[in-house]
Amino acid sequence: MELILSDFDRALLEGEEGPASKMAMRILHRMLPVFGVDRFMDISAAHIDSTVYMGIATMEYAERLADLGAQVRVPSTLNVSGVDEFGWEDWEVPPEVAGNALRQMRAYEAMGCTPTWTCAPYQTEHAPVFGQQIAAGESNVIGYYNSVIGARTERYPDLFDICAAITGRVPAAGLHLDEGRAGTTLLRLKGVSRALQEDDAFYPVLGHLLGRTASDGIPVVEGLEVQPNEDQLKAVCAGGASAGAIALFHLVGITPEAPTVEAAFLGQTPQDVRDIGMDDLRKSYRELSTSHGEKLDLVVLGSPHFSITEFKALAPLVQGKTCHKDVEFLVTCSRAVRSIADHVGLIAPLEAFGAKITVDTCPLTSPMLPPRIKHLMTNSAKYAYYSPGLLNVEVTYGRLTDCVESAILGRIERDEGVWNA
Amino acid sequence: MERVIQGEIIIPGVSSGVALASTEPLSFWGGYDQTTGEIIDRRHPLSGEIGANRVLVLPYTRGSSTTTAILLESVRAGVAPAALLTDRADVFLALASVVAEEMYDGSFPMVALSRDDFESIRTGDVISIEESGLVRVTSS
Repeated sequence: MELILSDFDRALLEGEEGPASKMAMRILHRMLPVFGVDRFMDISAAHIDSTVYMGIATMEYAERLADLGAQVRVPSTLNVSGVDEFGWEDWEVPPEVAGNALRQMRAYEAMGCTPTWTCAPYQTEHAPVFGQQIAAGESNVIGYYNSVIGARTERYPDLFDICAAITGRVPAAGLHLDEGRAGTTLLRLKGVSRALQEDDAFYPVLGHLLGRTASDGIPVVEGLEVQPNEDQLKAVCAGGASAGAIALFHLVGITPEAPTVEAAFLGQTPQDVRDIGMDDLRKSYRELSTSHGEKLDLVVLGSPHFSITEFKALAPLVQGKTCHKDVEFLVTCSRAVRSIADHVGLIAPLEAFGAKITVDTCPLTSPMLPPRIKHLMTNSAKYAYYSPGLLNVEVTYGRLTDCVESAILGRIERDEGVWNA
Repeated sequence: MERVIQGEIIIPGVSSGVALASTEPLSFWGGYDQTTGEIIDRRHPLSGEIGANRVLVLPYTRGSSTTTAILLESVRAGVAPAALLTDRADVFLALASVVAEEMYDGSFPMVALSRDDFESIRTGDVISIEESGLVRVTSS
């Protein structure tokens, strides 16, 4: 395939804009054919997931770019890092890991990125707008930007997103283009009660089911009768991007590019049509747990990072209550959301309950948990999906109220009535 | 018995090894131990197998954007797969090889196969990959 480069692309590639831009463009240029297209296009913002500290290599990569003088060409938010910058010493993070992760944080800040340090940048003042062309890493962010906002990003890996931000260029491929955004699979909800659709427990399970069913396609869901809120939609994104590789889904009548089934499929007739019933949802619900016993060591909430509205829902549930002495209760959020939550009095009741707040990161990306933690409970499909492999724990999925109730009792207790109706 | 398959070169290179194959996609983040090369996604059929220095045969990666970083770490730690055979041009896996070359002079080849060819490869087959994208498969 003959590649068509702009004068600007060539200038970058030849080093006229400095060595960092040259390295970033060299990587993009080698990757262009892998995307299956012959040219680049402009972006106007980025979200950088390369911030996640995975070891020496991710730090060395960031420092190489920073040392070469890299500066981002578009406004770029930062995803989570490997440590809570000012809180890591309260946990079991090895000092060597913290030191390296902090170095990596400094490198991305030196490149001119905005230090949001969150996997829910769409719930900050930096959220993009409908139709905006973006390069985003972090799978739930990709899903949210595309599906809920109608902004446009491909599914970009770590290490690539920063190259796109430094050059302001991405391959003109896939979800950036109109034709790349048509649905691939029509999923018709059948016999799913309104009570379940109004229940928070439904949305992470729906996301998990989308990931399992549509894999890396673009599922279109018909039959939702309620208007999910922002946090419920982000739960769908996180579930779909964990169990599968869902970068875009359409909820008919709800998400911006799907006023109708026809619109979601860009006028084409759906080739793959499946009915989704309660048996399918119950199966997904069960898959999110690896443990069905009572043991509980940690309740963890906030993947993606907890929002102000989620703190508002949590605070009255714990008001005047005490977390069981053998159970840890952890909420992960951004430093900005914690600060706002604190100002409006939502953190004090949580701390009185015995909960801890971690910012900038989460237990999946920071080695912070004590080894005694073997049984974990969460309301997040993403925590539920990844914890067994990454943290070597058993996990139980339950809605927010079940998580709080279990933390108080010191054993797992779930109200599963809505799944059996 | 030796078979010869012509694949599509995603990342050129020469490599060989014993196949570790699954038709189930894998997220390397939470799925591949970057210090040992063990497949640690307990919901994946290859859970417990060691991918280091094997020819890893997977359709594509799913889920997390961090797959590329894990694969880069595994290159630095010397426990990366010897090569990757997929059924499509997977950007996440290819990028790890491109950056590994940029940082550590340590790229690994990657070749995409037709779905039929991809499904014909079994764990334990001996694989050799040539610069041209030619894949030799010896089944016992």
